[in-house]
Amino acid sequence: MTSRPIPAKAAADPGVRPGGLSTDAAWGVFFLLPYCVVFMLFVVYPIGYAAWLATDKASYVKLFDDPIYWRTAWNTLVFLVVGVNLKMILALFLSGFFALPYLWVRIVGVLFILPWAVPHIPSIMSIRWMLNSEWGMINVLLFDLFGIIGPTWLTDPRYGLGAIIVVHIWKYLPFWTMILVAGRMAIPRDLYEAAMIDGTGPVQRFRFVTFPQLKALFLTSTMLTTIWSLGDFNSVYLLTGGGPGDRTNTLATMGIRYAFRQADFKAGTVTMVSALPVLIPLVILLTCRLAANRRRP
Amino acid sequence: MIRRLLYHGGLAALAAVLLVWTLLPLFHMLVLSLTPINAIFVGKLWPDQPTVANYGIIFREENHYLGHFWRQLWNSVFVAAMSCLIVLSVATLASYAIGRLKLRFGPLVTNLSLVTYLIPAVFLAVPFYQVIAEYNLLDSLWGLVFAVVTFTTPYAIWVLRNYADSVPYELDEAAMVDGATPWQIFRLVYLPLIRPAMLAIGTFASLHAWNEYLYAFLILSNELKLTLTVTLGLFRSDDSAPWSLLMAVGVLYSIPPAALYYAVRKYMVTGLTAGGVKD
Repeated sequence: MTSRPIPAKAAADPGVRPGGLSTDAAWGVFFLLPYCVVFMLFVVYPIGYAAWLATDKASYVKLFDDPIYWRTAWNTLVFLVVGVNLKMILALFLSGFFALPYLWVRIVGVLFILPWAVPHIPSIMSIRWMLNSEWGMINVLLFDLFGIIGPTWLTDPRYGLGAIIVVHIWKYLPFWTMILVAGRMAIPRDLYEAAMIDGTGPVQRFRFVTFPQLKALFLTSTMLTTIWSLGDFNSVYLLTGGGPGDRTNTLATMGIRYAFRQADFKAGTVTMVSALPVLIPLVILLTCRLAANRRRP
Repeated sequence: MIRRLLYHGGLAALAAVLLVWTLLPLFHMLVLSLTPINAIFVGKLWPDQPTVANYGIIFREENHYLGHFWRQLWNSVFVAAMSCLIVLSVATLASYAIGRLKLRFGPLVTNLSLVTYLIPAVFLAVPFYQVIAEYNLLDSLWGLVFAVVTFTTPYAIWVLRNYADSVPYELDEAAMVDGATPWQIFRLVYLPLIRPAMLAIGTFASLHAWNEYLYAFLILSNELKLTLTVTLGLFRSDDSAPWSLLMAVGVLYSIPPAALYYAVRKYMVTGLTAGGVKD
């Protein structure tokens, strides 16, 4: 188990100090030290600082009196409920397509992963220009092809949040699709063969073979992407900047806005803290799930 | 026969929709980058007079928005390289301690780092900024490097650790019987064996650093210190800025990470399946 080979030999060997465990522990500290330093300086200290900032009661009052905060909380909820579900259902559906055993499907898959492989910032900026109401490609095409005068995508809060969700899905759908493809590939083939012998159709095979086998992975993925979507700052900030009139913010951009545009670090921290009732249960649940997955052979 | 035709026709249609959806924003980036600066207000699918002049303007730093292009590109490279190096060193050491030395508090460290890995970075941005200010690292590339290190190391430890579980422990034991110290085992046995996972993690850390926007934008402010992502973000507030140039920089900035990703895709998959998931 541990690195002590045979106690009798160790005791006889003058090179090993009596009580070899302490040598082991010393080595352990040596190997762990760099990470512990990083963890103390850049995780523990900021969290402690945030905890102190978050004790300011006046900031909670300020936040809860601010109609923009409630609008933001609502946006965040819509973003999570619509964005996450749409993304994961599409990913589940598309993973079926990309798991098909054709070469050309594999080639499409290689291209499909591109949004995930290229940096976020230039792509969002590109989409931002495409959605420009006067000279963006989308509205020009809408007018040329159908004679429709397209809406002002980014300066109308209704469409703004929709555009944010679309950009978010564009960026992260490929990744989750590929994760679910890997999950599908791991399902034993003979389960399908047995189901075929029983004369099942594709819908039944999905319902009774694929989905039960994929359920755990799908659930873990959905929880992970919920947390990370909560932290998607770029899609919101670079697309609409939270505007117009701060009506398309989510908690991520709102916290940054309070802290850095209004120089109110306490309100900024409290905004982030107000997401903890959602964040903490998910983090605990996931930590347990991932740790348990690891232990399974 | 007809059913087969319908089936394959349906698949082809789905593939076509997917490709348009996936490639249109990237194609649009390329189109704008080839459009003369004063001709971008038309929304064309292909420019009337495509030109690579925009790239020349960037390389010669002739536009004031991109007056420090080479310097900022270097900053991006520097942050990516340093982050990669530090993440790899810190994470391999920690993963060895947790996975191989079987410390009593190993699981605690694993769980703590897992929690750090799960919390979105933006939620720590406000206190992190203040702490960086306290360490006198504002407007320093090292401040950004440490931000990236903080948020990628936990995942790196997690992946390396899981990967190391698949490496036989008997090799360590054999080396121990021969009287090797843990440091020697780490260097001569452990590191060579986990090389594929290190490649995945190194790529992951470099890409993360290369793409980082929020922390770069908060920590850096001097023009000479910015990474290119921050400069790209500056165009956000200005529709009259030369967007063709922005998109040309976007194309240039996208090529290295995409190439790197495709080059090590095989290893990335190994890393991902070993470590659960990470986007």
